[in-house]
Amino acid sequence: MSIRQKTLLRVAAAGLLLGASALAAQAQDTVKIGLIVPMTGGQASTGKQIDNAVKLYMQQHGDTVAGKKIEVILKDDAAVPDNTKRLAQELIVNDKVNIIAGFGVTPAAFAAAPLATQAKVPEVVMAAGTSVITEKSPYIVRTSFTLGQSSTIIGDWAVKNGIKKVATLTSDYAPGHDALKFFKEHFTAGGGQIVEEVKVPLANPDFAPFLQRMKDAKPDAMFVFVPAGQGGNFMKQYAERGLDKSGIKVIGPGDVMDDDLLNGMGDSALGAVTAHIYSAAHPSQVNKDFVAAYKKAYNQRPGFMAVGGYDGIHLIYAALQKTGGKADGDSLIAAMKGMAWESPRGPISIDPETRDIVQNVYIRKVEKKDGELYNVEFETFKDVKDPGKTKK
Amino acid sequence: MSADHGVGEVSLRRARWGHGETAFWLIAIAAIFVFSDRYLILTEMAWLGLFALSLDLILGYAGIVSLGHAAFFGVGAYAAGLLAVHGIVKEPILALVVAGCAAMVLGFATSFLVIRGSELSQLMVTLGIALLLRELANKFSDITGGFDGLQGIVIDPILGLFSFDIFGKVGFIYCLVVLFVLFLLARLIVHSPFGLSLRAIRNNPLRAAAIGIPVNRRLIAIYTLSAFYAGIAGALFTQTTALASLDVFSFERSADLLLVLVIGGAGYLYGGLIGAVVFRVLQDMFSSWTPQFWQFWIGLVLVLIVLIGRERMYRGVMWLPRLAMRRMTSLSRSAS
Repeated sequence: MSIRQKTLLRVAAAGLLLGASALAAQAQDTVKIGLIVPMTGGQASTGKQIDNAVKLYMQQHGDTVAGKKIEVILKDDAAVPDNTKRLAQELIVNDKVNIIAGFGVTPAAFAAAPLATQAKVPEVVMAAGTSVITEKSPYIVRTSFTLGQSSTIIGDWAVKNGIKKVATLTSDYAPGHDALKFFKEHFTAGGGQIVEEVKVPLANPDFAPFLQRMKDAKPDAMFVFVPAGQGGNFMKQYAERGLDKSGIKVIGPGDVMDDDLLNGMGDSALGAVTAHIYSAAHPSQVNKDFVAAYKKAYNQRPGFMAVGGYDGIHLIYAALQKTGGKADGDSLIAAMKGMAWESPRGPISIDPETRDIVQNVYIRKVEKKDGELYNVEFETFKDVKDPGKTKK
Repeated sequence: MSADHGVGEVSLRRARWGHGETAFWLIAIAAIFVFSDRYLILTEMAWLGLFALSLDLILGYAGIVSLGHAAFFGVGAYAAGLLAVHGIVKEPILALVVAGCAAMVLGFATSFLVIRGSELSQLMVTLGIALLLRELANKFSDITGGFDGLQGIVIDPILGLFSFDIFGKVGFIYCLVVLFVLFLLARLIVHSPFGLSLRAIRNNPLRAAAIGIPVNRRLIAIYTLSAFYAGIAGALFTQTTALASLDVFSFERSADLLLVLVIGGAGYLYGGLIGAVVFRVLQDMFSSWTPQFWQFWIGLVLVLIVLIGRERMYRGVMWLPRLAMRRMTSLSRSAS
């Protein structure tokens, strides 16, 4: 007994020693960014795109801004909010990071918000898309999008284009509820009718039973929101159930047609109309360069998550330039407010009042170009603010 | 298992407080001063240790397997969160006890389902209960906050004196004290006649019943107690992080817990604590070294631990299949 216990204690002691990582003394002229994204688990593709984009930007623009060296510390939270919170806290307290960034899902962004306020550290949200996130702390800035932006637009578009009856299929969590709420508001206000409303569990990617209900409801189109990463699976089952031949079109915010997965979806995706903030086929020079560089570096197409990361790190660089290297939270946030630039997705800016992103929303249709599927943009809604806040 | 010779003597010797144990808790206290920049992960170790201890109580001592222990953890976590949000019970320690009791009620109610079947059905039933609760929490999002988690949890100072700080020092000491007190209680229980009777049930429920041990009642009692412990662990989690979201019920949490117990070894109380420390250290080490592939390395280390520490692991891992075999033979015997 005692020998076994001793060995066990030794193991425990050794473990504790290993766990205590030595901390390097913090250099004065370094700006540290804690990048917390899901690199494992169901949301891993989000984290990988953001990480890739941030690395790409730093390769292109060097790692010094206004005389400061930029250091990015990557952490995996597997999209679990208590991990996010602990990592954020450790990054702020131990690593003394100046900025925290990333946040693959809404709860993760929520979890870090009180820390951002308490420590006065800017929180740059590069992915999570629920409207209220930016209201959780005066130190939150968002460079991704909100579901309201694209859902209201597609609602208006559907009314204008003769779609009368819509069945909705949305993931059962905050962004899904946002998407449904905003779409419904605009679609029914324009005279449209929702004939069936289903909510799909977030963690259960089996769409088959839900799709059958969609088919039975015989709508003109189905409004779909599933988070980036589940779109491929959805479209596969959509085709398996024969919905592609039933004449029920897919419309929705662009998450379901994420560029990341689009090309693997096959021809069943052709003709799907979505409203979104970014397409890899966006016809600007900035985007062409971005897509080419991203493809060269990682051998895949960038999706809108990658763009969120790319713009997020750009915002940090630009803010540092503006403050002349001053990296305290208040100066950075002040510099970020109202910042405008041209992103691969088009012209964007940060709303000085809400710290949320203002951007164009494009209506796109899936088409084949050079043997590959792309979301081809055919209509643009300029400078869309988050409808979740403009209403107030 | 040396169940056949000198059970009384062995258990008496085990009940004595050894030097190793003193050293263990001294190291734990020393951690407050030595690792002052890692309070958060130490806190996680403390509540994970308590959580693992609760699983050990039923798995290691009574032979009940569970893949859904997160159910009680989750109930404790949400109870603590709701108590704080609505200001029903402000004082953390009192809230802790209330949250533990909430989990205990659930444990008592579900124990009747769980003790009925064999290992396989126990796995399924426990797993099912945890999934059910997760879905309920998702559906009643106006109470639980749904997928986004409970918002606006603010935890009052402990006893009105010590408020939780951003460095997590108070949180860690709080968890450690709770862990120690509950550990002492568990230690007392497993070395009592009640605890010994549990072990008898684990080794052979039929024989245990034959010598007059009320098998079902004992199993219900220990399952309920274990639920209380898990609820406390969940409440500690919520109180130290001010978070309660759906993944407190997640399958991964239950599965990780089994891993913790496999690493540390089941059936001697310290297994859960040591397992929790080793598991978190490995996780932290690998995930800061390679955020993308840390799960691969953890898997590899787990395989190595099992291969190298075969003797102890053998006991920990093999008793279940052996028990199943023994039960099968005893069942077939009783059938013929």
